[in-house]
Amino acid sequence: MITKRIIPCLDVRGGRVVKGVNFEGLRDMADPVDMARMYNAAGADELVFYDITASYEGRALFTDILKRVAAEIFIPLTVGGGINSLADFDRVLKCGADKVSVNSGALRDPALIPAAAARYGSQCVVLSADVKRVGGQFRVFAKGGREDTGRDALEWIAWCAGHGAGEVCLNSIDTDGVRGGFDLELLDAAAARVDVPIIASGGAGKKEDFLELFRHKGIDAGLAAGIFHQKLLGIRELKEYLAKNGVEMRL
Amino acid sequence: MIAVIDYGVGNLFSLRSSLRQLGLDAAVTAEPDAIRAADRVILPGVGAFGDAMAKLRATGLAPVLRAAAAEKPLLGICLGMQLLFDKSYEFGEHEGLGLVPGQVCPLAPDLADPALKVPQIGWNALHLLKDDPLFRYIREGEYVYYVHSYYAKGCAASTLAVSDYSIPVTGVVRAGRVYGTQFHPEKSGDTGLRILKAFAEL
Repeated sequence: MITKRIIPCLDVRGGRVVKGVNFEGLRDMADPVDMARMYNAAGADELVFYDITASYEGRALFTDILKRVAAEIFIPLTVGGGINSLADFDRVLKCGADKVSVNSGALRDPALIPAAAARYGSQCVVLSADVKRVGGQFRVFAKGGREDTGRDALEWIAWCAGHGAGEVCLNSIDTDGVRGGFDLELLDAAAARVDVPIIASGGAGKKEDFLELFRHKGIDAGLAAGIFHQKLLGIRELKEYLAKNGVEMRL
Repeated sequence: MIAVIDYGVGNLFSLRSSLRQLGLDAAVTAEPDAIRAADRVILPGVGAFGDAMAKLRATGLAPVLRAAAAEKPLLGICLGMQLLFDKSYEFGEHEGLGLVPGQVCPLAPDLADPALKVPQIGWNALHLLKDDPLFRYIREGEYVYYVHSYYAKGCAASTLAVSDYSIPVTGVVRAGRVYGTQFHPEKSGDTGLRILKAFAEL
């Protein structure tokens, strides 16, 4: 049967992997190509690269890293960050990305989702949403979690899934970086609304958090950054633990 | 030399990189002469069946591929595998290359477990039904990466391997020297590389 997926996420800025806590306080971690190699060897099911640079030079550095990773690592690569147009899709797909994650770009121009799905197929389009509770409602935030769009998160992901997003990656700002577990309330609500694969992000602190996550119906993958990068939890150790506890894993 | 067919469908970066990693000589091409000269052919593809078939016809590649299939090993990957069949029911009804008997049908209505998602996206274990040189370097139950909403059926005689998605989903087919994999070997890690290596040695 199909496995649940464990996905390390590499936020890249200035050619280095960085990871913040609650989207702030970015810390320099390591070389992205070395890290991708290490995660591939450890059994990561997929890799996500977010380009968090804004400059032209940073962007060129990022696509160069992407090419180097894609030339030697043969698992699915998802790329996000700065995806605002079909030209951006084209740019990263040509450098070896398999899927493209869209966040703020789709909030600014929702037509990007159906347009990208029509051109590249919905399997290529990942809708990524940063979500935070505001007055009892799940709201979508833009600009790396800094700006409340006022949009209802569940409505937004349902619209995107209905218009060509092949997967949804939900990052809970409330649980991000806190390492107290995934935002299961948000994820359950999302799983009830969309029938495309859901990638859970934000809050993983220990292996038990992943086991609890996958006991919730409709969650297909768990994504984390800091706990993997800081070697608080090894991918292989995590996958063996989950397999032992009855979660289908690729080992 | 392996001719990787370039007909404007899908992303060839990973496939090219995989073949390079294996030290194989490959050319991404749409030239009939290059395809005729190659000692094997890979037909990749991502997207919609109807569009892809229209492109193969418009570029004149369909008859070139049929001729190649009679002479040398040919591997269709994902949509490239689906194109090998007689027919597809993806958004209407479309004729395929007719190199492998069977049809390509939507996955969703056939699933025994309706809670499973379509497309099937992710890693699934490959169950080997028949012994084949393509499986020379892999074992029963290794995981491969799938992304698809349609699958091949009515092809039991040609099916070499399946994956379980509440129903057996056709994973690998073979008719003569024509092979197809529904999954992406170029995205299936080391397992996928070993399948490509075996194909290059057929």
